[in-house]
Amino acid sequence: MRYSGFRVIAEALTGHRGWKPMWRDPAPQPDYDYIIIGGGGHGLATAYYLAKEFGQARIAVLEKGWLGGGNVGRNTTIIRSNYLLDGNEPFYEFSLKLWEGLEQDFNYNAMVSQRGIINLIHTDAQRDAFTRRGNGMILHGAGAEMLDREQVRALYPWLNFDNARFPIKGALMQRRGGTVRHDAVAWGYARGADSRGVDLIQNCEVTGMRIENGRIRGVETTRGFIGAKKVGVAVAGSSGRVLAHAGMRLPIESHVLQAFVSEGLKPLIDGVMTFGAGHFYVSQSDKGGLVFGGDIDGYNSYAQRGNLPVIEDVAEGGMALMPAIGRVRLLRTWGGIMDMSMDGSPIIDRTPVDGLYFNGGWCYGGFKATPASGWSFAHLLARDEPHPTARAFRFDRFLKGRMIDEKGQGAQPNLH
Amino acid sequence: MIINHPILGPRDAQEFVYLGDAALIDRPDGMTDGIEAFHTYAYLRDNPAGDHRELWYHEQGDRSWLVVTRNTVTHEITKVELARDVARAMGRST
Repeated sequence: MRYSGFRVIAEALTGHRGWKPMWRDPAPQPDYDYIIIGGGGHGLATAYYLAKEFGQARIAVLEKGWLGGGNVGRNTTIIRSNYLLDGNEPFYEFSLKLWEGLEQDFNYNAMVSQRGIINLIHTDAQRDAFTRRGNGMILHGAGAEMLDREQVRALYPWLNFDNARFPIKGALMQRRGGTVRHDAVAWGYARGADSRGVDLIQNCEVTGMRIENGRIRGVETTRGFIGAKKVGVAVAGSSGRVLAHAGMRLPIESHVLQAFVSEGLKPLIDGVMTFGAGHFYVSQSDKGGLVFGGDIDGYNSYAQRGNLPVIEDVAEGGMALMPAIGRVRLLRTWGGIMDMSMDGSPIIDRTPVDGLYFNGGWCYGGFKATPASGWSFAHLLARDEPHPTARAFRFDRFLKGRMIDEKGQGAQPNLH
Repeated sequence: MIINHPILGPRDAQEFVYLGDAALIDRPDGMTDGIEAFHTYAYLRDNPAGDHRELWYHEQGDRSWLVVTRNTVTHEITKVELARDVARAMGRST
C-alpha cells in the first residue's frame, strides 16, 4: 500500500477499513543469504538498502525484542553533519543528504525537520575552533555559518548572554541540521524492507554463532538455528555481547546515556542548540516538550537507566544557559546503552570471521548516521568492500594509529 | 552509587573519577612485549554485562586508586579493594 494524502482522504471516506499492518510477522526460514542481527534503525536501514539499492534478496532481520525498541527510540532525534575530521564529515554529510530525501524514498512520514542547529561559542579560542570546523563542513558541501552574538540574540533573546563563566559570543550554525521523528524512522525502514521481501523476525535473540573453518554458517537463536551466507551485526550498545559469540573482544565499552523531556510548553526553541561548555543540548518537540541531554554517566553500564548526579548536572547546565526554564517540570528521564568506542568514532568493517560483518561503536551519535550507516553496511555486505564515505571506520585503525578522534581524548571511552 | 572505601568507609561515587577495566593494571612491558600486546592492552575490552572489576580514583578524597567490583546490569557494588593491594597480589611492583 502506498501512503499519500489522497489515501488518507479515501480511507476517511470509507471508514478506515483499508489500512493493513505495516509489515508481516514471518517465522524464520531455515536459511538466508543475509542475516542482519538487530532490528533497530541501523539494522532495518541496512536490510532496506540491501534490498532496494543493492538488489539483494533472501534477507532476514533478527530482533531480540520488538522492532525499534532500542536506541532508535531512545535518542534525542537530532540530525546534523557538523563534524571536523575527514574520516567522519563526508560520511555524515552523505547521511544528511539521505535524510533530506528519505520520506519520499521510503514513502513514510518521518517528520524530517531541518530547523537548524547552533553550537554556542564563549571564547575566542572556541570561535577559532568552530571556524575551522565550519570551513571543514563547507569544504565537504555541508554548509556552515558563523553567527555573532547579536544574530544569536535575534534567535533566542532569552538566553543567558552574560553568564559570568560562559558568556555567549556567537555560534556555529548548520541550517540543514534538525530533528526527525525517531520511531517513524524505524517503522519507515521496516515497512520498506518488508515490502521488498525482507523477513523481519522479532522475539528472536541470537544465542550463538556457528563458525566452521573460519567462516560463518549461521546463527543459533531462541527460535532455532538459522543458516546464512553472510551475517551483519548492527546491535550498538550490545556489540560486545553479540560479538563474544564469535570470540571477539572489541575496542568498545558500553555506557549509559540519559535523556530528558520536560512538560509541554508553548514554542520556545525552534531549532537545536548545543552548549558544549556546559555539557548540555536542547531542542523542543512538536508536542512542546523540551528534549535535552548532556554527558554519559561515565561508567560501564548495561542498565537502561542512569543515576541522579548526572540528572542534576544536566539540569544545572540547562539553568546556566536558560534561566527561564527554572520552574519547568521534568516529565521523563530515561537511559540508553551506547557503544563507546576508543576514539569516539564508529566501526563498519569485516571481522576476522569470513562472512561476519560488524556495524557499531556509534557512541552517542548513531541516530543521525542511520541512513548512511545502513547504506554503507549494505554496500559492505553486498560488495565486500567499504562504501567510499565509510573507508576510515576500520577495526585496525587503532593498531595502525589512524584514529578518528574528534575530541582528542585518546583511548578513554567515557570522555568522548 | 556509594563506594565503600576500604579506608574511608562509604563515599559518594561523585567523589571519584572512573578509568575502566581493572585489567589496565596489568600493563605490558614496553621493551619486550611488542605493539600487538600494547594494542590489546590499550584498546580492547571484555566489556561484560554482569560483574566488572574496574578502576576508580578517589580524586576528591584520599587520592587512592580502588578496584571496585560492580555489576554493570544492576550497578550493585559487591567488593572494593585498594588497587595497590590488587597490583601487588598480581606480582607487580606498584
